[in-house]
Amino acid sequence: MENAVVHIPNLSLGNTQSVANMIKRVGGEVIIAMTPEDLSSAKKIILPGVGAFDEGMNELRDQGWIDVLNKLVLEKKVPILGICLGMQFFFEGSEEGELPGLSWISGRLKRFVSTHEDPIKIPHMGWNALNVYRRESIIPEMEEELRYYFVHSYHAICGDVDDLVATAHHGSDITAAVQRNNIYGVQFHPEKSHTFGMALLKNFLSVKC
Amino acid sequence: MLRHRVIPALLLKNGGLYKTFKFDKPKYVGDPINAIRIFNTKQVDELMVIDIDASRSQKEPNYSLIEQFAGECFMPLCYGGGIKTVEQASRIFKLGVEKVCLQTAVLDNTKLVKDLADRFGSQSVVISVDVKKDWLQRPKLYKASTGQSHSKNWLDFIKEVVDAGAGEVLLNSVDRDGTLQGADLNLISQASAEISAPLIALGGIGSLKDIKDAINSGASAVAAGAFFVFHGPHRAVLITYPEYKELEKLLKD
Repeated sequence: MENAVVHIPNLSLGNTQSVANMIKRVGGEVIIAMTPEDLSSAKKIILPGVGAFDEGMNELRDQGWIDVLNKLVLEKKVPILGICLGMQFFFEGSEEGELPGLSWISGRLKRFVSTHEDPIKIPHMGWNALNVYRRESIIPEMEEELRYYFVHSYHAICGDVDDLVATAHHGSDITAAVQRNNIYGVQFHPEKSHTFGMALLKNFLSVKC
Repeated sequence: MLRHRVIPALLLKNGGLYKTFKFDKPKYVGDPINAIRIFNTKQVDELMVIDIDASRSQKEPNYSLIEQFAGECFMPLCYGGGIKTVEQASRIFKLGVEKVCLQTAVLDNTKLVKDLADRFGSQSVVISVDVKKDWLQRPKLYKASTGQSHSKNWLDFIKEVVDAGAGEVLLNSVDRDGTLQGADLNLISQASAEISAPLIALGGIGSLKDIKDAINSGASAVAAGAFFVFHGPHRAVLITYPEYKELEKLLKD
């Protein structure tokens, strides 16, 4: 199945191994792209990420990933899935840093705020249910209520509400999943979300290239 | 809504899975990989694996075993035991582990907490705080690697590590360990009142009600060992975990 071969850029800030483990578990094949050149033949890409926004964008820029990603994703329409910080890069920027994001999806990241009236723990860490707005995306349909593992302190505010696929509630309704054409993003960690994550990654593997 | 996490905490010793009683009398309960597979199929919220031998005998973390654990865990995994440097933590994260848990190396040097948080983010740094009552029933900070109490005030130490960047505190009551008698709710409420970071309560959990009580006392998450590996009055080894629906009902506000 050609569809099921996924390239993952080898970034220092990723939990690459967890994602690779899960992709293999659901029948996919993983190629770790050590350099931007290795990525050029990709038919499908996953961009994981854990860490700080500017540090990540610096690494993408300094190692020359941005040009090749722009070309593959915007021109060749290669399906890409951003996970956590990987998804946050798709936006225009973040309160966490000063650097611009990839700007493929309109909107910015805001920090969670805990107020006296509505105190919340930051980061948003743990299992949360989804409220799904767009059924046709890669979010699976399952008998049990969907739940995913989240760990983040910044959340995306979509500039275009049509990009919003699902929300979760933590203090307020926050962006949990987005999609714009071939660009998919999830704030949570499907690679650490049991059968719920497996079903989602399977759906991404079966997206037509 | 975000649900409070319920976390099996597994203890490792020489590559086997053990359960202690008041930090003593380790009892062999089986093969860790097998246990992790069972917890995986039971869809546990998260898993902690602590090597109780590594710091005590000044050993390196068992990387090949940790790699096997990570390959089996389709839920977040926290590893603790024998981590003394940023390089060791980095190696463990690369194996596919989400969080590291430290105690021995940071008791006298919280700069390591800051270095880890700066490099990997606070969300990946858990500090384990063991507390044992003295003969006057005063809670004292306890150093698990030597089995002695530590001169620092336990609450001051918790505040210190959170200020240094710890994303979570694992508060373990030594006196309740393995007893299944319920958590030390006083310790939990005192600690959670002092910090904004999530508190994971460990030690003494023996029932679903104990989990609920710990949450009501301020814990963000509850971890347990004996409750998930022993069954019945004779402590037969049986790996269990409550059904999701049961936990959902229990922990609804």
